Amino acid sequence: MEFLAWIIQLLIIPAISPIFVGIIRKIKAKFQNRQGASVFQPYRDLWKLMNKDEIISSDASWVFRVAPFLFFFSTLVVAASVSTVASFLSNHLTSDIIAVIYMLAIGTFFLALAGMDTGGPFGGFGASREMTVAAITEGSLLLSLFALSLLAGSTNLFSISGFVAEHGAFTFLPVILAFLGFFIAMLAETARFPFDNPATHLELTMIHEAMILEYSGKRLALMEWASANKLAIFIAFGSSLFFPVGIANAATFSEIAVGIAAFVLKALAFCLAIAVIESSISKLRFFRLPDLLFTSFILSIVAIGLII
Amino acid sequence: MIMSEIILSKTGFLALISLFAFGAFSSLLFRKNDKMANFFASFFSIAGSAYGVIFAILAFKSSVPLYYSIEAFSNAHLFSASFYINKLSAFFIFTISLIALFCSIYGIGYIKHFYKKYNIGSLGFFYNTFILGMLAVVSASNVLFFLLAWEVMTLASYFLVIYEYKERKNIKAGVTYFIMTHIGTTFIIIAFLMLYKFTGSFDFNIIKENAELIPDVAKNIIFLLAFAGFGTKAGVIPFHIWLPDAHPAAPSHVSALMSGVMIKTGIYMMIKIFLDIFIGAPLWWGSLVLVAGTVSALLGVLYALTEHDLKRLLAYHSIENIGIILLGIGSALVFSSLNMPAIASLGLIAALFHTLNHATFKSLLFLSAGSVIASVKTKNMEKYGGLIKFLPYTAFFFLIGAMAISALPPFNGFASEWLTFQSLFSGASFISNNIKWLFILSAGLLALTSGLALACFVKAFGATFLARQRSEEIKNVKESSFSLLFGMAALAGLSLAFGLFSGKVSELLAEVAKNLNMPSGAAMAVSGSGTIFVNNGFASVSAPAIFFALAFAIFASAIIAIYMINKNQKVSTGRTWDCGTDLTPRMEITTTGFSRSIIMIFKGVLRPSKQIGTEYRDANMRYFPESRTIVLGIADIYRSYIYSPLNNFIENISEKHIKKIQSGNINAYILYIFLALLALLFASTI
Repeated sequence: MEFLAWIIQLLIIPAISPIFVGIIRKIKAKFQNRQGASVFQPYRDLWKLMNKDEIISSDASWVFRVAPFLFFFSTLVVAASVSTVASFLSNHLTSDIIAVIYMLAIGTFFLALAGMDTGGPFGGFGASREMTVAAITEGSLLLSLFALSLLAGSTNLFSISGFVAEHGAFTFLPVILAFLGFFIAMLAETARFPFDNPATHLELTMIHEAMILEYSGKRLALMEWASANKLAIFIAFGSSLFFPVGIANAATFSEIAVGIAAFVLKALAFCLAIAVIESSISKLRFFRLPDLLFTSFILSIVAIGLII
Repeated sequence: MIMSEIILSKTGFLALISLFAFGAFSSLLFRKNDKMANFFASFFSIAGSAYGVIFAILAFKSSVPLYYSIEAFSNAHLFSASFYINKLSAFFIFTISLIALFCSIYGIGYIKHFYKKYNIGSLGFFYNTFILGMLAVVSASNVLFFLLAWEVMTLASYFLVIYEYKERKNIKAGVTYFIMTHIGTTFIIIAFLMLYKFTGSFDFNIIKENAELIPDVAKNIIFLLAFAGFGTKAGVIPFHIWLPDAHPAAPSHVSALMSGVMIKTGIYMMIKIFLDIFIGAPLWWGSLVLVAGTVSALLGVLYALTEHDLKRLLAYHSIENIGIILLGIGSALVFSSLNMPAIASLGLIAALFHTLNHATFKSLLFLSAGSVIASVKTKNMEKYGGLIKFLPYTAFFFLIGAMAISALPPFNGFASEWLTFQSLFSGASFISNNIKWLFILSAGLLALTSGLALACFVKAFGATFLARQRSEEIKNVKESSFSLLFGMAALAGLSLAFGLFSGKVSELLAEVAKNLNMPSGAAMAVSGSGTIFVNNGFASVSAPAIFFALAFAIFASAIIAIYMINKNQKVSTGRTWDCGTDLTPRMEITTTGFSRSIIMIFKGVLRPSKQIGTEYRDANMRYFPESRTIVLGIADIYRSYIYSPLNNFIENISEKHIKKIQSGNINAYILYIFLALLALLFASTI
């Protein structure tokens, strides 16, 4: 049973991450009075891109060629380290909040380098903006997760979700505050409103899209899939660390089934929240973003202050 | 076994010292012949450092501390040429020798750039003396002998900074370095004299035994003086102003040594005085060190972001990393004053590990930067670009260094930063008073610092190696010679190895902590497979697991993606989308542009300045500009708010007041001498 749980744990994020993107797009389409593409459209896109021929800039070096692989596979390793459906599994090797944040940074690092590698103006400023946002986000992300680890007495992700599941998130005010801090950092890390517009290719506003502008074919597919994974990873952080309701605490079939169902439901709630935010507020001006991230930093500090 | 006894004997240690002395004097002897001078300088420094590595490993393993004394120089009452090597010293000897070994190998090829331009003999002389001085600093047992060694190290490095004396900038950098480091030394001397006054000895061991004789007020003053003095050498903000000038001025393999290991001698003395000699420091010492560490780390990386000179950028990162090391030392100090030696050991292990790691990746980065500068002949990053096609190996090694310094797993920077985070987290969890807030803020700002470091190295690597070349000269650039590549490759390998074997390294460093009465006990445990556990399972991480998970995931899925899904797919090359215009180097982002947004966000701290100048075709009719210039800069707040006022103050006093007693009349001077004599005689009778 534990073996089965591990298989689910390893595969669930890369397997269902594209559907999250599809769901968000669908909800946004409904808001705009459009029918919208099917929620499975991202899978079709990935499959189509995987089979397409590729064109690579003659200015680009091997960094551009390997970056999608490094970005994608760093998200895979992180996905395996985040508790999604079960908290009874234990991973003492990679499931540490600092380790996870820094493994995600590997992807960001190569993504930004790949953006600069093609020598186009878009890739360069995309990399600059991405690194600016990523640099400021790191502190608030770390502190929001650290608030939880102070509570749980561990920086291990599985131990944190086990602890919070046992005691109930809503009994802790600091968990809610830390969650707000986390949610802002999450929007920044996953290139969502009000930080970035995932649907734009306008040079004034794009951050993430500017870096992957020169990609095509398989490598673009990997980049898109990796971004979807990153979104799913942050949803998993949010749902399993802050609100681990229904997460499987024992290796029984029913617990795991409930765990999967709970994870999917919570993920849908996150998708809905993101889609509502993207449909209802406007993107912030770039130099306003640090204020928002600073707010997130303060929220986490207050949360920590309430805990200790 | 016999072999190790010989090496650890006094003769064995003197052999280590003499190898560098031979190197110094033989290269001076052959100064007329560039090749011979290079050969002798490099041969002896390589042999000496290789031997130093072996010596340090054996000294580390030795169960008792080693003590050597050269009687010939020890007749005087106070001065003795004596050496005391415990595990802490052995660790620093290891770090110095290891980095010196690869810098010297790199030097064989690098020095060739100076043939016929500058004197190779004097380079070899000062280079060997410099390493000798550093080794003596970390092993000296007598205070006066230590100061002698300190001065040898400082002066040798000063001459290396002004080695390329034909560039005026270097002379200026040298002067700043000379003055700042001697102000630091003054503080150190006063601190040592105070130690002597209360303990009656110049021997570190006797000082340690009698440390309880020192009253608390004196202890606090000694702490402040030593922190300022050794902080100047280490480059702690605001004593850092010499560092970004001096490190880039020296030849690159010397910059690597200065940034990688010389500034660590300041760290060594801080550990020795604060954690070894003084026991039971007051709480505010550790708090002060934590604050200084946080400020240095954050400001260091912010200033690095503003730079477009590759070596100055790296020099500012040294300030950042010294800050991170101080975070470890600061938490060790706080925990030891709260009587929690086990958790204190965690901070110390983090600090020592980061010392070793920073030495490795910073020298790697300086060596790669040297390889770039030697090929392109400029330090200005705005003139690089696309070098990965011309210097593929250098680019690869620089990338590894960049990943290591940005603390990306599985490289070594991650391991030590993780430990630093854990010691800060322990502060937040286990301390009950308000000091815990300091730990929480430091942890948050450390995360910000490492995020900014990541941004800075994306900029440095991207602007230097990626995209198209920005100047014409680059077309003729060729990859560096074998000895340069070997030096870089070895350090890159070490960066990965120290990361993968971080468990083993931390275990060894725990012995150093134990040696300083900080047994790690439950605070840190390492499993057989290299997983580090902290505070009874509070946190754990395994660098090998991260490495193999990443490697496996990349390998397996690359095969699936490339060979299993549609292997008939074609990959062609084409031009970057150019919006219908010509792709010129001006379309690429510049280093200034890259970091401008971060600078604007932190403009309260950085004080960016912008000067716009316009020249008109007709000065009376200001409609048609001939040319426009824009100068973007950063205000040097330390010079304008601390050093300049200080300088003016001293100048004022000497000009207006002190000058009056210098009448030029010899009778007056004799009167001064007479009065001074009287005063002294009178004072001695009281």
